[in-house]
Amino acid sequence: MLKLIVQRLLFSVITLTIVAVVVFAMTDLLPGDWATAYFGKWATEEGLAAMREEYGLNRPATERFAEWVGNALRGDFGDSLTRKKPVVELIKFRLRNSLLLGGLASLVTIPLATLLGISAGLRRDRAPDAIISTGSIVGMSTPEFVIGTLLIWALSVGLGLFPSMTLGNPDAPIVDLLPNVVMPTMTLTIASTAYLLRMVRTITINVLTSEYVEMATLKGLPRARVVFRHALPNILLPTINIMALMLSGLLGGTFVVEVVFNYPGLGRALVDAVSFRDVPMIQAIALLWAVMYVFFNLGADLMTTFLDPRLRSLRG
Amino acid sequence: MSQKLLEVEGLTTGFRTQAGQVLQVLRNVSLEMQRGETLGLVGESGCGKTTFGMTLLGHLRPGGQVMAGSVRFEGVDLFGLGPDELAKIRGQRVAVIPQSASSALTPTMRVGEQIAEVLTLHLGLAGAELQERVLELLTRVHLPQVVELVRRFPHELSGGQLQRVAIAMGLAGKPELLVLDEPTTGLDVTTQAHILDLLREIQESTGTAMLYISHDMGAIARVCDRLAVMYAGEIVEDGAIDDVFADPVHPYTRGLLGSVPRLSYAGLPQAMAGRPPAPGEDAVGCAFVPRCAFADETCKTIDPALEATSRAGAIPHLVQCHHWQRVLASGASGQMRDLKARMEQDAEAEPLLELTEVDITYAKRGLAALVARWRNEPEPPTTVSGFTITIHRGETLALVGESGSGKSTIARTIAGLLPPRAGQIDFGGQDLASAVEGRPAEMHRKIQIIFQNPDASLNPRHTVKQILDAPLRLYFEMDGKGRLDRSGALLEEVRLTPRYLERHPGQMSGGEKQRVAVARAFAAEPDLVLCDEVTSALDVSVQAAVLELLAGLQANRGAAYLFISHDLAVVRAIADRVAVLYQGRICEVGPVAEIYAPPYHPYTETLLAAVPEPAPGARAQLLAKDVPEAEPPTRGCCFQRRCPRRIGSICDDEAPPSQFVAEGHIIRCHIPLADLGESQVDLISPAEIATQGAVVDGK
Ligand SMILES: Nc1ncnc2c1ncn2[C@@H]1O[C@H](COP(=O)(O)OP(=O)(O)OP(=O)(O)O)[C@@H](O)[C@H]1O
Ligand code: SF4
Ligand code: SF4
Ligand SMILES: [Mg+2]
Repeated sequence: MLKLIVQRLLFSVITLTIVAVVVFAMTDLLPGDWATAYFGKWATEEGLAAMREEYGLNRPATERFAEWVGNALRGDFGDSLTRKKPVVELIKFRLRNSLLLGGLASLVTIPLATLLGISAGLRRDRAPDAIISTGSIVGMSTPEFVIGTLLIWALSVGLGLFPSMTLGNPDAPIVDLLPNVVMPTMTLTIASTAYLLRMVRTITINVLTSEYVEMATLKGLPRARVVFRHALPNILLPTINIMALMLSGLLGGTFVVEVVFNYPGLGRALVDAVSFRDVPMIQAIALLWAVMYVFFNLGADLMTTFLDPRLRSLRG
Repeated sequence: MSQKLLEVEGLTTGFRTQAGQVLQVLRNVSLEMQRGETLGLVGESGCGKTTFGMTLLGHLRPGGQVMAGSVRFEGVDLFGLGPDELAKIRGQRVAVIPQSASSALTPTMRVGEQIAEVLTLHLGLAGAELQERVLELLTRVHLPQVVELVRRFPHELSGGQLQRVAIAMGLAGKPELLVLDEPTTGLDVTTQAHILDLLREIQESTGTAMLYISHDMGAIARVCDRLAVMYAGEIVEDGAIDDVFADPVHPYTRGLLGSVPRLSYAGLPQAMAGRPPAPGEDAVGCAFVPRCAFADETCKTIDPALEATSRAGAIPHLVQCHHWQRVLASGASGQMRDLKARMEQDAEAEPLLELTEVDITYAKRGLAALVARWRNEPEPPTTVSGFTITIHRGETLALVGESGSGKSTIARTIAGLLPPRAGQIDFGGQDLASAVEGRPAEMHRKIQIIFQNPDASLNPRHTVKQILDAPLRLYFEMDGKGRLDRSGALLEEVRLTPRYLERHPGQMSGGEKQRVAVARAFAAEPDLVLCDEVTSALDVSVQAAVLELLAGLQANRGAAYLFISHDLAVVRAIADRVAVLYQGRICEVGPVAEIYAPPYHPYTETLLAAVPEPAPGARAQLLAKDVPEAEPPTRGCCFQRRCPRRIGSICDDEAPPSQFVAEGHIIRCHIPLADLGESQVDLISPAEIATQGAVVDGK
């Protein structure tokens, strides 16, 4: 078991290294450099030279990469080009906001989608399934900005329950953000529940029509025991990996929802950074996402290996 | 108390298709079972055996429905019960032992718990008593180290062990009726023999009634007292097993029994023409008309009813045929034919393929091997070792052995898919380059391979025309017209009509697909065809047809076969020479007649004894220890761990000598030939077969 954990950790480190190289290469080695990108068509020779001097862009890429990684490991991603403040300072609160939004959404989505997916699978092709499945198809095929807009129209314009836009600063205290986070959470929850519940439903149906569930029924076991003891673990195991993927997507911030609600999260920060060609900012966010992705997948892998007897003895 | 345990009356079931149609599966099935009776149910694939077995537990697969009739267990109609009442009967009064235990046991639960839950539920056991009972059940089915075994998960057991766990689970609730759905299909003959013995023993000691579903007549003969034959969802014959086997009265039963190859008889079984109707292909009159040699106008218009024959006996003999008297009067007409002219073992036979001292290993290669050596890991024993054999032009060499014995590995090496680690391979006097890429196209053409599963080897998106066109285009310079004519001719050769050219594999039955695979191999006009378990996925009736086809093609084309099979009866029917393989080492090799007569190698003897013959009274006589082996031993005889005749430490330490029995017949064993000659295995003589092997009169 220990060997396995070490192995997985090592693998994650390798993945992250590759990601770091790719991120750096994409933003740094593409035609032109930061300076030309930053100034765009307003570039002047003096301006470019001054900037290259300031950020040490004249040094070889390898040297700069080493420095960038070294600093990043110490939590220093340099200064933002537009705001002239340390990237970490800027990202800190945005990350907190995204975690708040994504965390709330996941907290609702995961139990809700699992419950709905399993109930639909259990009552396959009957009324409850028909309602849940239709709902999920509608939810899945409606773009997030439409859901968001509809919510704004109904809950804030119509009923005046929540503010439609977040006006506060990214570093506002959490309490102040709470009213603003409700509708984005709802939007995210609707979209991701629709998606996750379909997956859970499919897995549930596969497990319920498996020979071992048929066998358990033919042993005369009560339905509850068949479902909870024989079917449920086999339904939940494969969903863990899907959930990890979803979590890393939700917690890292989501462009559309953050833009629609003007919510100060990481997704919007990236949109801004890209439009201002704020390279250190882009690099930091991209790397942060990669870390989250690797982290959740690692967690899911370890969890399934621990819980699934087949994997346990296979990799033991 | 009435002796009647089960009464099925006029049972008709169907299932709803996607299009909303209801297709019949079981049709007007009536049948009774007494307490303690063992009833075998046979029939070709898809005829409704499993569907019927499940109705005895009041169960239908999704989409299924009862259209008429009833299943009464001790007078209670199972389909009239609610879920709670049914649950009280299932597992406790009627239990099922599933076809494949590996998919019927819940993968996330320990095997002990899966048995214990039945005991808790039905017998109310708990605590130490429960534990004790679980261990007792597992010991009962002859599982080793039960205390440790209960804590294992299903994937940690071998196929044979899983099947035993499933049997223990079935027995746990002390049921009065056990439904066994092909409980030994897919197991090695030796494992199967152990399980069949176990079932017999359980039946004798507990008096549990059994419905034993199988398409393996031999297995049924070993377990059952009575036999019912199902065709197209109907019972067509039902009677005491000795009666039915000795002189079947329904033409279908005759055809089915006739298509079973016999261990004791060299010769091809008679293939039955046609195929069973699919659900929905209902016709008026008898469903067997298109395949029956006795059919006349009456059969086409009037549905025959199940009636008693004149035969007296404790178990009534029933048959569903208008003309059973005529069938009976026709006598045991068509004997099994020795179609294939045996090759004379003369010195002039020209060697085609020669393998000399070939070693094959799946061990790590390249970098992984270096790492392993650096870490001082011991090298695993080779999968195949010192394999030396010659295949002559136009002959059939069979390779037999249990699963894991390395049969397919050897075929893959000859085909160039897996390079040998050592040794020499010559083909037609030339050195055969080991890797497939290094071989000239001509060599590819000369060696063709046919696999076990045609579904996996035929591209489902291609039509038969495209499938046959590929080798023709690759190996021969022919124009489109020529290739099309050739494809048509090939189909005729495998007895399919050119109408099949436009079909996709999905539109054909298993037997038809396997014929297409055979046609594709022969399109290349090969000198050697590697047949890897080509009939093991097929029904006996289809198997007989494919065997006949292979034999016929060989007679016309003169190709040699390397025929790989675990089925000794099939091998006897088709092979000229046989090599018996255990753990990648040859135990015995010789002409087919020599192999099936004493002296036997102890392993050959074990295999032969384990094969259930479809004859009443045939019993397993000598069994090897039933332990799965992971790796061959590094020294001594490869069979040492399981050999029932092991003579001592010499078997563990010294490689057994090759003893020459007769021309071309070699046995590798430390036991002197004279002692090996005194075998306890006695195959039934052909004379006895003559009275049993009644088959359909070919008009
Ligand atoms: N619920 C169902 N949905 C679709 N087809 C069904 C259903 N139940 C049975 N069938 C069909 O009914 C026929 C009989 O099936 P069944 O499994 O009983 O055959 P079998 O005799 O057990 O065959 P085998 O020897 O291959 O196990 C098959 O053609 C099968 O495809
Ligand atoms: S003789 Fe007639 S009734 Fe009897 S099996 Fe043949 S076709 Fe059916
Ligand atoms: S050499 Fe020994 S172990 Fe091997 S088959 Fe002969 S008697 Fe059995
Ligand atoms: Mg079946």
